[in-house]
Amino acid sequence: MNDDILTLNELKKYFFKKDGFFSLQQSVVKAVDGVNLSIKRGETLGLVGESGCGKSTLGRLILKLEEPTAGRICFEGEDVTACSKKKMRSLRKEMQIIFQDPYSSLNPRKTIGKIIEEPFIIHGIGDRKQRKEKVKKLLDLVGLRPEYIDRYPHEFSGGQRQRIGIARAISLHPKLIIADEPVSALDVSIQAQVLNLLYALQEEFHLTYLFIAHDLSVVKFVSDRVAVMYLGRIVELAKSTKIYNNSLHPYTEALLSAVPVPDPTMKKKRIILEGDPPNPIDPPSGCYFHTRCMYKMNICDKEYPPIKEVEKGHFVACHIRC
Amino acid sequence: MDIEKSRKLKKETPGLLFWRRFKKNILGISGGIIVLLLFFVAISAPYTSPYDPNEIDIKSSLQAPSKDHLLGTDQLGRDVLSRMIWGSRISLLVGFVAVGIATVIGIFFGALAGFYGKWIDSLIMRFVDVMLCFPTFFLILAVIAILEPNIWNIMAVIGVTSWMGVTRLIRAEILSLKERDFVKAARAMGARDIRLIFLHILPNALSPIWVSVTLGVAAAILTESALSFLGIGVQPPTPSWGNILTAGKDNIEIAWWLSLYPGLAILITVLGYNLLGEGLRDAIDPRLKT
Repeated sequence: MNDDILTLNELKKYFFKKDGFFSLQQSVVKAVDGVNLSIKRGETLGLVGESGCGKSTLGRLILKLEEPTAGRICFEGEDVTACSKKKMRSLRKEMQIIFQDPYSSLNPRKTIGKIIEEPFIIHGIGDRKQRKEKVKKLLDLVGLRPEYIDRYPHEFSGGQRQRIGIARAISLHPKLIIADEPVSALDVSIQAQVLNLLYALQEEFHLTYLFIAHDLSVVKFVSDRVAVMYLGRIVELAKSTKIYNNSLHPYTEALLSAVPVPDPTMKKKRIILEGDPPNPIDPPSGCYFHTRCMYKMNICDKEYPPIKEVEKGHFVACHIRC
Repeated sequence: MDIEKSRKLKKETPGLLFWRRFKKNILGISGGIIVLLLFFVAISAPYTSPYDPNEIDIKSSLQAPSKDHLLGTDQLGRDVLSRMIWGSRISLLVGFVAVGIATVIGIFFGALAGFYGKWIDSLIMRFVDVMLCFPTFFLILAVIAILEPNIWNIMAVIGVTSWMGVTRLIRAEILSLKERDFVKAARAMGARDIRLIFLHILPNALSPIWVSVTLGVAAAILTESALSFLGIGVQPPTPSWGNILTAGKDNIEIAWWLSLYPGLAILITVLGYNLLGEGLRDAIDPRLKT
């Protein structure tokens, strides 16, 4: 287990919402509902699922931007959920995040030099001159001109802003980076550039990525392993090639059939899921997916299927397939 | 040509964008000019006032405006113009110090309530509600009746009774700002709360404050004038527009200039600040695109 950089153990995040001012009842949104997951050092783990399935919340939980309701997060054997504030501050150096929206992730009142310099100030690294040098190096590293150091975020395009966000994330040489849909707000042509940059940085600094996305073709390109999430739970986890060639969970199958293929002559069988994803306040009984599943059996609405390892490294939670 | 133009646009900082919008607003600009003029008058009082404002000359009391005394004299023969010029200092001082106090208190409580939420938020906001229930002017009257009526007490009391609006504004701004990704990013880097509040959230929350400061100054000047008019504000012989007005009301049948000019001064000043405030609001309100 030593090559696991991060282990999540029965991680849960519930949001409570009072039904009304006078009501004593609360509804519970189970955004993340008992996730077990481990990320290996140096790999890229793709995390996919439709909107609202809890993938971003999971990323934020790992960084302790949100407090988990239950469960454990172990980073390099250290229990993040239980550690002190001081310990947490130094742990933050090791984990960073890249946000989805490059327009809201940079403080509009600060120059990009100040934005990238801030992690060094917070952790008391170097004097002013050294820090400036480091910032220039980082800008160069992410493919921006070091002369841009005194410009404000609004003077940059979306792709450039995302590069600034990446420079800030890697400034402290973290070991783990949570990339929360880092390219879904960008143009396709820019997406490729940013993905290549992320890949190059991973090679150079031996980074581990948790790559959250809803675009399966992007995930296929970057990930070593892929985890599929549905309504706060992981339903399938396998090597990237396995997922794309031999997916077992019906939900994964449906997701994959929805990936557009840039070839107009190719006829593809699309699996169209009926209905919306169930309301997470009131998830269906049994397997959460049975309401939309095309292979539904009797047992499906009675029991939640346990996640099983069907072959080495390929985990599925489905009654039909294992 | 076009490229150069677009380049210029790109270099526009939020400040420049604001100025471009603001300068189109004629009312706002004229308010600004009035405010600047008043500043000039107040600062240059020792040089521009023709007489010593407290020089008594009983022989020439209650003179109508003339060449020697452009705005006439009061019942003790003091030059009204000089007294008004010096009085503008009081108005400005009271306006800005009182609003300064209110804004500092307001930002402090607003930041606390907005950032920490939960019971701190409830506590502060209920306290704000309670403060808003008091008829402010009568509260000030009561406090001044207990304390000594001098200019410092007046500024403090006006400040302490007018911070609630700022608190609500700041709280609302912070509630939305703290969910923004750049704040989360700073938190993920390990920034402490103080850093998050002062370096990331507040600088982005301040633009609506400028409007409330400007409008607040107008209100504070008005309150000070009213208090002085009632004789519990700035005490004579120190000149203030309010107490010149009081002196004038006793002689209004024979010396109209004593009441008219300070009244006009108050009117124009408050109008100026209000126009400026409205102008600022219009220029800020279509939210700055980040």
